[in-house]
Amino acid sequence: MSAALTIEGLRVSIGGREVLHGVDLTLEAGRVHGLAGESGSGKTMTGLAVLGLLPHGSESSGRIEFGGRDLLRTPERELDAVRGAKIAMVFQDPSTSLHPMLTVGRQLTEHMRHHLGLGRREARERATGLLAKVRIPGPEEALKRYPHQFSGGMRQRIAIAVALACEPEVLIADEPTTALDVTVQAGILRLLRGLCDDLGLAVLLVTHDLGVMSAVADEVSVMKDGLVVETGARGQVLREPRHPYTRSLLDALPVPPGENSP
Amino acid sequence: MTMPLTGPLLSVEDLVVEHRTPGRPVVRAVAGASLRVAAGEVVGLVGESGCGKSTLARAVCGLHGTASGRILVGGHPVTPLGLRRRDRALTGVQMVFQDPYSSLNPRRRVGAQIADGLRTAGDTATQPADLLERVGLPRAFADRFPHEFSGGQRQRVAIARALAARPSLLIGDEPISALDASAQAQVARLMRDLAVESGAGLLFISHDLSVVRLIADRIAVMYLGKVVETGPTAEVWADPRHPYTRALLAAIPSPDGAGVLPAELPGDVPDPADPPAGCRFHPRCPLAMDVCREREPDFGPVACWLHAPEPPASS
Repeated sequence: MSAALTIEGLRVSIGGREVLHGVDLTLEAGRVHGLAGESGSGKTMTGLAVLGLLPHGSESSGRIEFGGRDLLRTPERELDAVRGAKIAMVFQDPSTSLHPMLTVGRQLTEHMRHHLGLGRREARERATGLLAKVRIPGPEEALKRYPHQFSGGMRQRIAIAVALACEPEVLIADEPTTALDVTVQAGILRLLRGLCDDLGLAVLLVTHDLGVMSAVADEVSVMKDGLVVETGARGQVLREPRHPYTRSLLDALPVPPGENSP
Repeated sequence: MTMPLTGPLLSVEDLVVEHRTPGRPVVRAVAGASLRVAAGEVVGLVGESGCGKSTLARAVCGLHGTASGRILVGGHPVTPLGLRRRDRALTGVQMVFQDPYSSLNPRRRVGAQIADGLRTAGDTATQPADLLERVGLPRAFADRFPHEFSGGQRQRVAIARALAARPSLLIGDEPISALDASAQAQVARLMRDLAVESGAGLLFISHDLSVVRLIADRIAVMYLGKVVETGPTAEVWADPRHPYTRALLAAIPSPDGAGVLPAELPGDVPDPADPPAGCRFHPRCPLAMDVCREREPDFGPVACWLHAPEPPASS
């Protein structure tokens, strides 16, 4: 197993206030790395830093190594060739991450044509294939429709298809199922896991839901106040947490009294 | 509040609520749902998004007109809210909305907003700060504006405002879904404790089954505008009988570190403007039989042909 992306000592400060105090993470191809923690702990910032999408006026130091170079020291123009092509992202809310006034086909083909230099017809064919891969019924017709004509779960599938279009090596999924119902969530989790296994994607799954974490992640990291406090294999972190904070997260889960003794 | 307490506090019978948009087919968001909440009881209403649970809550509050069926609160029929002052008998129904960022007025101090509730109940003895204390916030916070609070604190303020009106029925419409995971269980418990303490009924609507399980005495499961299963929480959890309830429970991933992917319920919720014939769940049901495609199971507590009450003598 080789590291697809390595984050070392990542520090980010916004407006003079440091929000990440040295984060270390390693993503491996074909593995799902879960990043847990409460809101405000810096999970999303870590994901955004990898893509160079930090808010204006923020400063970052440390290293984010991908494909032999440090993303934090790569000029914007070169970064554009990586973002959306080699490293892709899926956001929390599919009703705001897709453009409401562009057809699904347009959103799926635009960046493919830009990054891969494909022709109109080629891009369309690929887009149809991608929609089939994320199991959208009737992919041909779906290309002509708009995001509001799909349900929340279908929209998130489309957003995943958009992210996968340029065959990325790294996928960052920021709370991809938080806005969805449990029944739909189950489908998306299965899809993510399947894609990771089939395509050898390195996935960074940001979520606050430890149940979701337990279902799909191979490794789990727990963040608190801008620091990773614990990293380890899924079974170890969720069953025998070493850090008191991880334990308190697990204890905060709603389990009715007298139910946890099988 | 003086109310003739005969029978349940809230009784919803065969309620139908329709959304009408010009140029579009009529959408039956609630299609013959029945539900009861007793005083001091916590009922959790669960279901996927688009199943009509929020519409039902809005109808109970009078925020949405009904097409047919009855809603009685303490024996009084609920009438749609108009411009005039609300009927005294109905100010006992109070709602806590989903998003505390939009349900509180950003330009008024929270103390003044809580005082609105007190005025509704004609309560001159209680101070807004007393209510803040009850929801676990410092008394001094009454002088603050909503933007000075976090999401969880805002929702506490919204609960305080609802409680100020001395509700006999408190309705929470997804009151925890906009909150942080760590605040969700806390706020849900708080709502339960305060409602039960004051003897009010609580109708708690959520799509998060694990929280509903924690606080509800009874669960009602809704699918496509109908209540398909009701029962005591522990019973439904241990032995879900409707295939839909089973699918809902099986889809919850458990944080046991075992790496088991939750079971998927294939298909989407059908368009409520064009519900399937027969049982509404049959296109997605793994156990669908012939009868399910033809006749709608309109009985309770489990609206499923597998769990029909004693078949009539004809068989």
